[in-house]
Amino acid sequence: MLSQQLVNGLVLGSTYALFALGFTLIFGVLRVINLTYGFYFSVGAFVALWLARSLGASIWIALPLGSLAAGLVAVVIDGILLTRLRRTKAGELPSLMVTLGAVLALYALMAALIGTEIQRFPFGFVGSTALEFAGVRVSLVQMLIVGTAFVMVAVLFLLLQYTRLGLMIRALAENEDAARLMGINVDATVVAVSFLSGLLGGAAGVLIGLNFNAIQPFMGEAMMLRGFAVIIIGGLGDIRGALVAGILLGVLEVLTAGYLSSNAKEAVGFAILVLTLWFRPVGLFGRAQVKRA
Amino acid sequence: MTNLLDVSGLRLDYGRTMAVKGIDLAVPQGSVVCLIGANGAGKTTTMRGLSGLLKAAGGTVRFEGTDITNAPAHRIARLGIRQVPEGRQVFAEMTVDENLRLGGLQAPDAGEFQKRRGRVLERFPRLQERLTQQAGLLSGGEQQMLALGRALMGAPRLLLLDEPSMGLAPLFVEEIFRIIADLKREGTTILLVEQNAQAALEIADYAYVLESGRITLHGPGARIADDPKVVAAYLGGH
Ligand SMILES: Nc1ncnc2c1ncn2[C@@H]1O[C@H](COP(=O)(O)OP(=O)(O)OP(=O)(O)O)[C@@H](O)[C@H]1O
Ligand SMILES: [Mg+2]
Repeated sequence: MLSQQLVNGLVLGSTYALFALGFTLIFGVLRVINLTYGFYFSVGAFVALWLARSLGASIWIALPLGSLAAGLVAVVIDGILLTRLRRTKAGELPSLMVTLGAVLALYALMAALIGTEIQRFPFGFVGSTALEFAGVRVSLVQMLIVGTAFVMVAVLFLLLQYTRLGLMIRALAENEDAARLMGINVDATVVAVSFLSGLLGGAAGVLIGLNFNAIQPFMGEAMMLRGFAVIIIGGLGDIRGALVAGILLGVLEVLTAGYLSSNAKEAVGFAILVLTLWFRPVGLFGRAQVKRA
Repeated sequence: MTNLLDVSGLRLDYGRTMAVKGIDLAVPQGSVVCLIGANGAGKTTTMRGLSGLLKAAGGTVRFEGTDITNAPAHRIARLGIRQVPEGRQVFAEMTVDENLRLGGLQAPDAGEFQKRRGRVLERFPRLQERLTQQAGLLSGGEQQMLALGRALMGAPRLLLLDEPSMGLAPLFVEEIFRIIADLKREGTTILLVEQNAQAALEIADYAYVLESGRITLHGPGARIADDPKVVAAYLGGH
């Protein structure tokens, strides 16, 4: 029972980690809190759903294209909303207000276009086979979720650590003026960051859609609350922190639902959030004083 | 005489406060020109204007005859104007090697990049020893070497140095000026901002004195160094 719960928690947590990674990436680089990020999650899920239902696409097509679409939507929306805020170094509060207004409008638009009832992937979209080890059942969907999350996280790490683009993104995150003095085109780099973050958010949307087989425009909103909890618990802008905190939250939610009640699970994230802010305000991995003016 | 850099009537402001109020200055190819002035005179503001970090409120900046006024900073850097900013501004969370890679990001090919890296490491053996160390953990002097090395990785046609000796121990100050002298000998064109007016005027072919955003005096380095007003204000004379 416990080991089954842990597996389920790990599956859920890996989607939280994936989602939080995109959110923390955009904060870490742009220093803006981008509430429209949750919308990219919904976009990914809906594009995948539409591909599967209308065009009969397999998961191997629907997942990458759904993520890609979310990445492109992120580039456009971030470009419109954040460029000015970023250039004028408007800071957290104005970015919060602008993106809050925008995201409410975007969800409303989406709900008007496709309705708010819960929609599902076609039957047999992902086979229902499962493996069993020592009484623990791992379904194909679960393996797909963990596998995709793991691969995407690993690729992001390698990209940031070892590629030219990654070097430019890290330089921009640390010191924008110095990055410009290196000949780095900040606007172009920001487009790449928006794309990557949208891609991660969209992929998380498809995976959560698969996990619960329930897709609905406002699913991004509920996810944003968790995203917030995860990146604050992990330390704002900290990639390792987002990973660990995401998985932790998933596991604790599943355990709470299993052993306490499924209503209490929604409170778990906020309970840890409050404890974190109380005992360690910089987050699990955050450093006390960042060397930034 | 051909000027690599020609500035005329340059004005720079921060919102309502005008920090640089219309200055003219020229940097001839292959020369070292220095800009001295008291705290808050507008030296850093001028440097940031030249590298494109700050938009000009008026005037023109020409580089090899091309108007680069208000060109974006990354384009100016790619033209070969490389700034060592005030306070060094190394990427503290990255390694020494990554800082150098960032400096050489615009190198045309891997061969050229390696050549530049080899030369920088030869010039700064201390960096060679600390390639994998986090830049933020270097001493102030080492960070200044890194900031210089990083700028040299960009193969600068014009090097803008903003107080490279600021806050350094005397031994490091000496080393920095020795490096500037080497660069000069090799033909690098340099615009140097310094509080250490004595050393700067010794090395400079030409000097400008900036006071509250205006050039109040200019001339060959040696003549400026002998000017009674300069001696009184910047060289600790009596
Ligand atoms: N970011 C800023 N916002 C507003 N005013 C500024 C800003 N930076 C500089 N100033 C003002 O512009 C003027 C020129 O400053 P600047 O930094 O260019 O002087 P400086 O000659 O480099 O001085 P120092 O020798 O202390 O480095 C000063 O009056 C300063 O207060
Ligand atoms: Mg200054």
